[in-house]
Amino acid sequence: MNPNAARITTLGFRPDAKIRECLPTGIASLDAMFSQGDALLTQGQGFPRGAISEILGPESSGRTTLVHSLLAASTAQLEICAYVDTDDSFDPVSAAAAGVALSQLVWIRCGHNAGHALKAADYLLHAGGFGAIVLDLCQVPPGISNRIPISYWYRFRRAIENTPTILALVERQPLAKSCASLMLDIQRKRTAWRGAPGFELLRGVELEALSRKPVRPATAQFKARAVG
Amino acid sequence: MIFACIHGPSTALPQIAAAFSPSFEQTAPDTVVFRVDGLKRLHGTPRQIVEAIAKRAGDNVNIAIAETADAAIIAARNFPGVTVAPNLSHLDVATLPLTEEMAQVLETWGIYTFEQLAQLPEIGLAERFGSAGVYLQRLARNAIHRPLKILQPETTYEDRIELDHPVCLLEPLLFLIARLLNDQCDKLLSNAMAANEVTICLELENRAQHIRTLRLPVPMRESKSLLKLLQMDLEAHPPPAPTIALTLSLKPVHPRTVQTGIFLPITPAPDKLELTLARIRGIVGENNVGIPELLNTHHPHPFRLVKAQPITSHQPPVASHQAFRFFRPPLPATVALDHNRPVRLSAPGIHGKVLNAAGPWRTSGDWWSTTVWNRDEWDIALSNGSLYRIYRDSQWFVEGSYD
Repeated sequence: MNPNAARITTLGFRPDAKIRECLPTGIASLDAMFSQGDALLTQGQGFPRGAISEILGPESSGRTTLVHSLLAASTAQLEICAYVDTDDSFDPVSAAAAGVALSQLVWIRCGHNAGHALKAADYLLHAGGFGAIVLDLCQVPPGISNRIPISYWYRFRRAIENTPTILALVERQPLAKSCASLMLDIQRKRTAWRGAPGFELLRGVELEALSRKPVRPATAQFKARAVG
Repeated sequence: MIFACIHGPSTALPQIAAAFSPSFEQTAPDTVVFRVDGLKRLHGTPRQIVEAIAKRAGDNVNIAIAETADAAIIAARNFPGVTVAPNLSHLDVATLPLTEEMAQVLETWGIYTFEQLAQLPEIGLAERFGSAGVYLQRLARNAIHRPLKILQPETTYEDRIELDHPVCLLEPLLFLIARLLNDQCDKLLSNAMAANEVTICLELENRAQHIRTLRLPVPMRESKSLLKLLQMDLEAHPPPAPTIALTLSLKPVHPRTVQTGIFLPITPAPDKLELTLARIRGIVGENNVGIPELLNTHHPHPFRLVKAQPITSHQPPVASHQAFRFFRPPLPATVALDHNRPVRLSAPGIHGKVLNAAGPWRTSGDWWSTTVWNRDEWDIALSNGSLYRIYRDSQWFVEGSYD
């Protein structure tokens, strides 16, 4: 008999499991979705601290919008954040519009070099004291991202596990896999245009988040307005 | 306590005072005052002390010895030659630092001497002149006992080592730099100061100089952190020839004081963060790490990276806004138009039919400089399901995607 099996009670509560503090995103529907499922193992609703969270999705799915919300929530709590920008794609204007306090954000431009991005993230995680660190691997070709050794993700998980730092990986496909505590799949449901055909104006998008890890019974839908 | 004051046109007054006491106050360029209690065993009576001072100072200065520093100063300014335990009671009140109004009032009251001023009721004087009047009366009564404001020589944080043999490698050089840094950082610590700029000047065998200056975003005084920063800088910019001498200088500033709170979140320690960012700069490049700062312009890229430490600031919460991702550099594109509206887009990795298009948004600026821009922007939805921002300058480009 597996000795660990005996420690799982009938209520599903594991006495040896850590209760993680969470950072709410400020998006009500998403935070409500977080509260379902592992409520016993998390304190609050949102992204778990001291853990890796993966935000997945194809281009224009709304992954970056969610990341900006996470950074805005973290900087609103007077935390220092870092954005490791592998492909130099970060837009400070839309981040500021989403509420990110830019004066609390360290921006690292890695010039299309995933190796540099991983090293920079490693240094930041080991320096400690950050509220959230975003590692943006969205535009890294799958041929390169699939070759990232899995030992990196174990090392990252180990570096932050007893800290209040959130490591958010933004990517097209899962990379950290078993090392991630949260995996959100973002999809764009609808694009809202305003005005008559030929004189249209981009108004915003409606997004849907599906929790792939831990598996939750519901999805969350939220809207994001266009900047300008 | 016994104080001596030297008053005169000599420029060497601090040196004369320093010959008798290590701590002295220079009240004016022509006046120094210092304690002479400790000179009794060396020179004898106050008269003998003042004669010793006069012998060193020369004839063109006035010297006075009194029980208080201010009495010695007043006596040295008003009695020529050498004065011991002066009687100030008959001195004119005009020798005190009076304002014009006070001088007029005292004249109408018939107060001309220190003695007359000293006999006035203190409360009445305070009612008429305030604290300034009371201070002047205490001066006239010779009743001000104050410590001297010691003239501190300006501390320099600079040190130099000349080497017997040229040093080619960085590691032995760092041992020498560490020695200099330890001394200077100890000096900073003892003076409650920190440094915000570190300069290392390496004199090379080919008679050239290799100067590196580190400007620190936060004042620091930990020698280990500074040494690591210098090491990383010298690794990135090594000296082109062997070193024969090195000079290290620190620019002193007051250390940063921050009010922390029990409920405030933990932030990275400034020196540790600076070290981390310096390490990352060594990987990704000097200009690729910093704090984004928005600029007050309509330019398509209205921001810059600032080399600074993050600062916390309260930001009001806002609703979720759609994010934008840049393609840097922008992707050159081929756009098919129908009635001047894009209908099909083709760019490296992006192909599709345009389903919706909003635009054109015409922007231009900086026509007076070399950074001129003039372009038409479109927001488009492609048949591949993505949203892009494209623009036409001299040709079509895909600037980025809404994500």
